[in-house]
Amino acid sequence: MSHRLAKGGRLINRAHEQKFTFNGKPMRGLKGDTLAASLLANGQMLLGRSFKYHRPRGVVASGAEEPNALVGLGRGDSYEPNQRTTTTDLFDGLVAESQNHWPSLNFDLLALNNLVPQFLTAGFYYKTFIQPRAFWKHVYEPIIRHSAGLGKAPKQDARDPDRYEQIYAFCDVLVIGGGIAGLQAALTAAQAGAKVALWEQTAHWGGRAPVDMVEIDGQPADIWIKTTVKTLESMDNVQLRLRCMGAGVHDHGYVLGYERITDHAPDPASPRHRLWRMRAGQIITATGAIERPLSFAGNDVPGVMLASAMRDYVVNYAVAPGHEVVVVTNNDDAYRTAITLRKAGVGVAAVVDARAQATGALPEQARAMGIRVLTGKGIRKVKGRGHVNGVEICRIDSKGTAYTEKLDCDAIAMSGGWSPVVHLWSHCGGKLLWDEVGNFFRPDPDRPPLGADGAGFVHACGSAAGAMGAVLAEAHATALKAAQALRAASTPPAPADDRVADAAPMEAVWMMPRNAEYDLRMKMWLDFQNDVKVADVQLAAREGFQSVEHAKRYTTLGMATDQGKLSNINGLAILSDALGQPIPATGTTTFRPPYTPISLGAIAGEARGAVFQPLRRTPLHDWHEGNGADWEPVGHWRRPYTYRRSGESRHDAVNREVINTRQNIGLLDASTLGKILVSGPDAGRFLDMLYTNMMSTLKPGKCRYGLMCNENGFLMDDGVVARIDEQSFLVHTTSGGADHIHAWMEDWLQCEWWDWKVHTLNLTEQFAQIAVVGPKARQLLERLGGMDLSREGLPFMDWREGTLGGFSARVFRISFSGELSFEVAVPASQGRAFWDRLLAEGQDLGIMPYGTEALHILRAEKGFIMIGDETDGTVIPQDLCLNWAISKKKADFLGKRGMERAAMTDPNRWTLVGLETLDGSVLPHGALAVRAGKNANKQAITEGRVTSTYFSATFGRGIAMGLVERGPERMGEVISFAGAGNTRIAARIVDPVLYDKEGEKQNV
Amino acid sequence: MLMLTCPCCGITAEETEFAPGGEAHLKRFGPGSSDGDYESYMFQRKNPRGVHFERWRHAYGCGKWFLAARDTMTLEVFGTYPAQTTQPPPEIIAKIKQKRPEWEGSQ
Amino acid sequence: MSDLAQSALQSAEFEGFVTIREAGLQGMITLRGDLGAEGLAKAVTKATGCAMPAPRRVTSAGTCGVAWMSPDEVMILCSHDKAPDIAQTLSKALEGQFATVAVVSDARAVFKLQGAGWRDALAKICPVDFATLTEGDIRRTRAAQVAAAIWVSGKDEATLVCFRSVAGYMFDLLSTVAAKGTEPYLYSLPTETS
Repeated sequence: MSHRLAKGGRLINRAHEQKFTFNGKPMRGLKGDTLAASLLANGQMLLGRSFKYHRPRGVVASGAEEPNALVGLGRGDSYEPNQRTTTTDLFDGLVAESQNHWPSLNFDLLALNNLVPQFLTAGFYYKTFIQPRAFWKHVYEPIIRHSAGLGKAPKQDARDPDRYEQIYAFCDVLVIGGGIAGLQAALTAAQAGAKVALWEQTAHWGGRAPVDMVEIDGQPADIWIKTTVKTLESMDNVQLRLRCMGAGVHDHGYVLGYERITDHAPDPASPRHRLWRMRAGQIITATGAIERPLSFAGNDVPGVMLASAMRDYVVNYAVAPGHEVVVVTNNDDAYRTAITLRKAGVGVAAVVDARAQATGALPEQARAMGIRVLTGKGIRKVKGRGHVNGVEICRIDSKGTAYTEKLDCDAIAMSGGWSPVVHLWSHCGGKLLWDEVGNFFRPDPDRPPLGADGAGFVHACGSAAGAMGAVLAEAHATALKAAQALRAASTPPAPADDRVADAAPMEAVWMMPRNAEYDLRMKMWLDFQNDVKVADVQLAAREGFQSVEHAKRYTTLGMATDQGKLSNINGLAILSDALGQPIPATGTTTFRPPYTPISLGAIAGEARGAVFQPLRRTPLHDWHEGNGADWEPVGHWRRPYTYRRSGESRHDAVNREVINTRQNIGLLDASTLGKILVSGPDAGRFLDMLYTNMMSTLKPGKCRYGLMCNENGFLMDDGVVARIDEQSFLVHTTSGGADHIHAWMEDWLQCEWWDWKVHTLNLTEQFAQIAVVGPKARQLLERLGGMDLSREGLPFMDWREGTLGGFSARVFRISFSGELSFEVAVPASQGRAFWDRLLAEGQDLGIMPYGTEALHILRAEKGFIMIGDETDGTVIPQDLCLNWAISKKKADFLGKRGMERAAMTDPNRWTLVGLETLDGSVLPHGALAVRAGKNANKQAITEGRVTSTYFSATFGRGIAMGLVERGPERMGEVISFAGAGNTRIAARIVDPVLYDKEGEKQNV
Repeated sequence: MLMLTCPCCGITAEETEFAPGGEAHLKRFGPGSSDGDYESYMFQRKNPRGVHFERWRHAYGCGKWFLAARDTMTLEVFGTYPAQTTQPPPEIIAKIKQKRPEWEGSQ
Repeated sequence: MSDLAQSALQSAEFEGFVTIREAGLQGMITLRGDLGAEGLAKAVTKATGCAMPAPRRVTSAGTCGVAWMSPDEVMILCSHDKAPDIAQTLSKALEGQFATVAVVSDARAVFKLQGAGWRDALAKICPVDFATLTEGDIRRTRAAQVAAAIWVSGKDEATLVCFRSVAGYMFDLLSTVAAKGTEPYLYSLPTETS
């Protein structure tokens, strides 16, 4: 049973007790504890159930690599599943619950899976749930969904109350990892004159050195760490961040850092997480190494831990994992655990060493302390179900059929050697070498990730580089190299001298015992979180999954939230052995960011709520909002779809606005329309290239409607061009097209016709533009006074500049409704005042604003096309019977060549017509016209589609436009449209212009 | 995420300040051109694994288009240059040849 | 009618570790042309009193300023009601030259960020190394999801210009990143901003 020791604990403060609950049970821990340490100190060995077999599981590790000890943290809106207890700092009031069990942690019905482990071997799902087909959706999937997954997702209506943010930062040298190698690298780089950032994922500097008995300049490492941190803190060119994990290394020195600011001390004013978006000239990964488990039967029973983790708990938190421990190893390092335990007063039953001999300094020291050492031996199997209560020992080279002796113990410390943390090195393409001595992959310094200049920009140092002894000199050299790459000037002083005990070589042991029988292999866990066993990987190899990437996906090895930090190398070794090839020939799976999972909140950053997305507001936005606007998104703009009066339906409101505009006056906020000034000696020539029709012949004071096509000949925008003077034009684009068309113009001017003298300026937002529409429009504007707006003074398709009711204004006599219509542009700052003035002056004339839906209906009644309705990126002007707007005189314009292609001149193209349902109903949006018969693929034959369809209040029935094969030649013909289900709707082909065909109303 | 230097305003910035514009140095074929020429202009792109010339616009900055020579495999940027040219400048070509002696040119 | 004119947010203010204030109506004129041409520089100086700025710099004199926007564009800053006149003067002076002048005052919103921590606030939304910007520098960039121009207008002050339509978004954004308690202390120290 785990417990708190009476003495020691370098990271805890015994004076500060902190209360927390686990599964509702009140517990106490100490300030400085991780949640895992606290739980162990409370004797809580069983922390959760495994993914597939629901086997009881406890803490294995002490850091980011922990696969088992995951819990749900917080409650309600703040609940978060799958949080690692080993990286969760304890705080007063913490609430944790175990997961993946039903109904309770101690009694889990789904552990039945465990009774027949053959049931869920590699590829089980693929093999089992294939037939019958229909069962997948209705039977298998619901059951699997219920039992799969680790923690529960937060409730659907939960809203994360915390703040998150991102931050962009820049440095010369970024050092990731604040162990002694990282500290030294940061110090050297900073002393060389580089701007340095140093990140450490835990709350403490110094890494493992103090626990691993490292001495620096003849003193315990703690002293050097303290001094070095102080020095770094005093330097202006150094930024230190604790609780900040290097999550991913990306192209051109881009690194994501995940800073957990308040996870250990909740504070609603502060961001909880901050995502650092760092650009570093050079990156040094000092990310350390992770100890590997050993594969023996029952290596997942609560109480079996990594040897290094066990000494972390003892040294850092004064927590003993048990009273009597067996240490099992294939290397010298684990003896440190035995020595540490013994010094702390914890019983060590024996060190079981797989090697034939153990003669290094550490084994000798252990023996001298009276610790029993068994060599050439391994663990045959662990005794105990919910917790360890003993082990059976066997010869390492045996099949494990029988044990040589039994040892009583309540905890096991295992060490299968160490693996450098190479993730960050590998993210951006750094290559690895297999180290024959250490039996691990380490960064190959000759093949680093390459940066913008083609040179390497990542360096590994310390144990992350594979250095398992002294590291400071090499960290110093690495940092110098990085600083020199940036041409840093100063020469830093030589590093301190760090010493560790000499170690004898480790010996690879991938399975214990080496020739273990099947029933033992069935209980040897490789991937604790995903429940992948030695036997599963061997089965995958037998079934032909030879590529490591395939074997990974087939078995799910390394695919859990820990991404195989403990399991990968062991799994690779088993796979290689099964395939009869050396480990480097098998290779590794791909290392992908992030290093450990990061919160979605950090990824979203500030972009939530009001600032989730930019909202573009016209100068009249507030008025619309206060007057019943039903919003319609148009790009990032919001435009009023209609203005509802109290008790009115949307439909009724739209009809009211249509009728009123036709009979009295409607006001439309047209400020979103693009307004681009095109100016310069070559402006006319340029617009002739941009538009399908001729613009250069337009006289100042006149307006002309024009079409813009892309080089395919497909319509992309339309609008009215007004000529300002000899050299300048004001181009109106669609609301959605303003930015795009401006960029399109600049593209041609900068990249193709760069010798043409043309400037463009996007003036869209400089003006509030208000359309005053309806038979009484002139009457209203004349009341304002200041300009001659008579039929003669301002004829249709002319524009004038002047002062209207005291507002400096441009008035365009253009109509998108078929009514008498004036579009008035005033400076945006005066838009609201002008709008208010119009409403006040026009009250007795029946003035009423109208929204975009009325706008659409009015234009459809008049047969005007709308970009995005009648066009979809495949429609040429000819399809819309706009041949009159295509110049035959011009030798060239954008899209002209595209229109010459055979497919564009095919007489069978779908062409614009009006559509009138026989029953007066409104055709469904986008409905297809279908002809009798089937095509070669036994599908219905289509001959057209609806592009715009509305209820017209003016005509009291449904009206529509559509593209129909040879449409204009088929006037009066009744065709059939597909409705919901298998219904058909009959509609007659008619002229699209329904309202005022002669154009008398807009021309009064 | 790339870092690019805009030769027009001199700013070195991350990719999110820029907008990509596809392959550079395309020759426009307008009315009267053959189907083959028009097709090559509109639809045929080199898409090489290695040295590539491409268009970028400093969309959130000075608004200017410029061209970049870049390795699509290693993401090495050999250089950026103004868009007002029909072929890469000699110093860019020289730099590419120095770094990629096996490169056979852009045609 | 300038008494009826309103800026986008009518001088809204937020007090965080940086003070954010919409600066109200600000006159602005865009001038495009050959910035190296002698006549153009002269015309600008004559109309504004300001020297032609070097690339990515802002010059100022009295109530006027001239900001370098791109190799062929400057933005003239002046009082809001003077902008039409100055624009007209400029247009006249540049007649016959290939240059374009337009008043854009109302197309923009201007924010003042006051306090030593302005770099820390903007670092959260702009991919810019603010350590490289000194007084008189202007940097056009991205602020979260919209374009912005940032001018270091004083020792502990920056001026940010964006499009008028996104003024509300910008204000909410700046208020979010400048909220008290969220100081990242990247460019400034706790003692400077408290």
